[in-house]
Amino acid sequence: MGNQPFRILDCALIAIATGQKAQNLREFRDILKNIHSGSIYYHFWGGLLHPHFDEPEFQNDFAVWAARDLHDLKIAEELSIIDPNIFRDIDDLRQEVIEIIEERLYASEHVPWVKAGHEFHFIRSQIVIFDSGITYDNPRKLAEAIPKMSLGSIFFHFIDARRRTPESKNDFSAWLSGFNDKYTSMISGLDEIDPYFTTLNELRQEIYNVFNNYFKGGRNGKSA
Amino acid sequence: MENLLEQYSKIVGVEVINHIRQLANPLKGARILHVNSTKVGGGVAEILNRLIPLKRELGIDAEWEVITGEKEFYQCTKKMHNSLQGDRDDISSDLLAVYEKTNQENCERLREKLEQADVVFIHDPQPAAFLHFCKNRKGKWVWRCHIDVSHPYRPVWKYLREFVKDYDASIWSLSAFAQSLSHPLYLITPSIDPLSEKNIELPEKEISGFLDSWNIRRDCPIITQISRFDRFKDPIGVIQSYRLVKNYVPVQLVLAGGGATDDPEGEEVLREVRAFAEDDPDIHILELPPDAHRAINALQRGSDIIIQKSLKEGFGLTVTEGLWKGKPVIGGDVGGIKLQVINHHCGFRVNTPEGAAMRIRYLLKHRDIMETMGMNARQLVLDNYLITRHLREYLTLVVALLLGSEEKIELNYPSH
Repeated sequence: MGNQPFRILDCALIAIATGQKAQNLREFRDILKNIHSGSIYYHFWGGLLHPHFDEPEFQNDFAVWAARDLHDLKIAEELSIIDPNIFRDIDDLRQEVIEIIEERLYASEHVPWVKAGHEFHFIRSQIVIFDSGITYDNPRKLAEAIPKMSLGSIFFHFIDARRRTPESKNDFSAWLSGFNDKYTSMISGLDEIDPYFTTLNELRQEIYNVFNNYFKGGRNGKSA
Repeated sequence: MENLLEQYSKIVGVEVINHIRQLANPLKGARILHVNSTKVGGGVAEILNRLIPLKRELGIDAEWEVITGEKEFYQCTKKMHNSLQGDRDDISSDLLAVYEKTNQENCERLREKLEQADVVFIHDPQPAAFLHFCKNRKGKWVWRCHIDVSHPYRPVWKYLREFVKDYDASIWSLSAFAQSLSHPLYLITPSIDPLSEKNIELPEKEISGFLDSWNIRRDCPIITQISRFDRFKDPIGVIQSYRLVKNYVPVQLVLAGGGATDDPEGEEVLREVRAFAEDDPDIHILELPPDAHRAINALQRGSDIIIQKSLKEGFGLTVTEGLWKGKPVIGGDVGGIKLQVINHHCGFRVNTPEGAAMRIRYLLKHRDIMETMGMNARQLVLDNYLITRHLREYLTLVVALLLGSEEKIELNYPSH
């Protein structure tokens, strides 16, 4: 096949307090300008790997804070719709957030504040990436393994991949591209998955569905 | 017989356990030492009781040591504990001298293990001065703070800070608790053990047996708060709430406290609570021994609503336990309770006895909502607050400490 086997990697995340906290929107913007890029990453993506309780109403920690603590639903909605995938790097993403906040500050008569105890605490993370020792050279076998993959593996291969692959793709699509055009429709299916507005459990199921539909011939009649 | 990890895989899933095994691979043979101040009673001892065997099963050479001290030492550390939670209580220089001397003596006793360990976890303020007396340490040292230190009494924190600042890292239960220090401030929420006596499923007969033995009736709603007899847990406020409910709905209140060997204030608070309860036959004040785990389990399972009306709280493991048993929880709007009790999802957070009373009445009137909240509650704990998640985060932290300090640590692997 001329393609390297797909090696299942896994990752685990640990959160670290930066010690920086904001009590109002202006402080929030000022801290954002200089905060460690890992903190921006954590607050956009880390939610998938750290405890959260219910269906997230807003899609990143900044938006959640704006809604629940600042009680500013307008900015919460604007922050929530930011798609971190479309930015070239974290600094572009940082700039987008800052601009949204600046517009809001410009349009507001008062700087929105939160009461004591409800400040936004900036957190960053460390991610440990490790090898599961499992490899697959056949996409069909990989498909069978997906339901048993850890959520850390799903995060690494589907979410984290976007910031380390040249075209911001997921690892599954990148690997399948190495089989010439054989799996084009499956790659399209994977690329169409919106990794936002979901949990890692659901994401694992969506990825499995794409693989499974392909091999069952359900997607476009193709079979491998 | 199944090993521990296999038993946990039946609750959390095989993939979760495989993930933990792989993460632990590079740590096989590493010497990890935990030190705290009590073997029994309190959340820390309960967590260590299970984390240590789990780490050993993963091939890590994990050990747990407990410091010993005289009455004055515990008086000092209790004051320290309260001051770190915000009490404006100065500690005399005599007591601080006892604190330092006790740390030095214990450090001497454990010197060999402390110096040889690859990683040392020191839990809470009691043994925090160990590092100061262990000059030839080889490994990384981590101070684990289980207390709500969001608004500490500054003179006491400043004193303790001198001992804590030289650690390689510290761990805090919530970001709001983390104090400014120059080393990494890791965030790890505590957890409960679903296989422990306190959390395993119990036969209905056993639950009834326990309740009968305390004359608690099954035909009248039971509201329970389980915690040490400690003013920060606001047992008096709980009785006030109960009285406000009792005016409208028949209800029983259970206040059950397990003692901890490092808490000298408990007896005094217990006396105050008994006096305030005024021999009301529907208020059951139970003084349980520290190992009454099955009894506590039965109480939580036999209750309709769990209450934890703390005024200050570290994380609040009794809340987690209640949620795991599928009970709605009414908790104080403080500390880790804010993270666990999601309003209208698995219970309610309250700020006053009146608030607690209102929510109790609401829930008792809407049994269907109580049931839905109970299901949400159990799922919340399954996803976030079991010991397997806690173990994973400890392992991640140790790997990060020993094998790299970057944002992304790649344990050698070839690319695709």
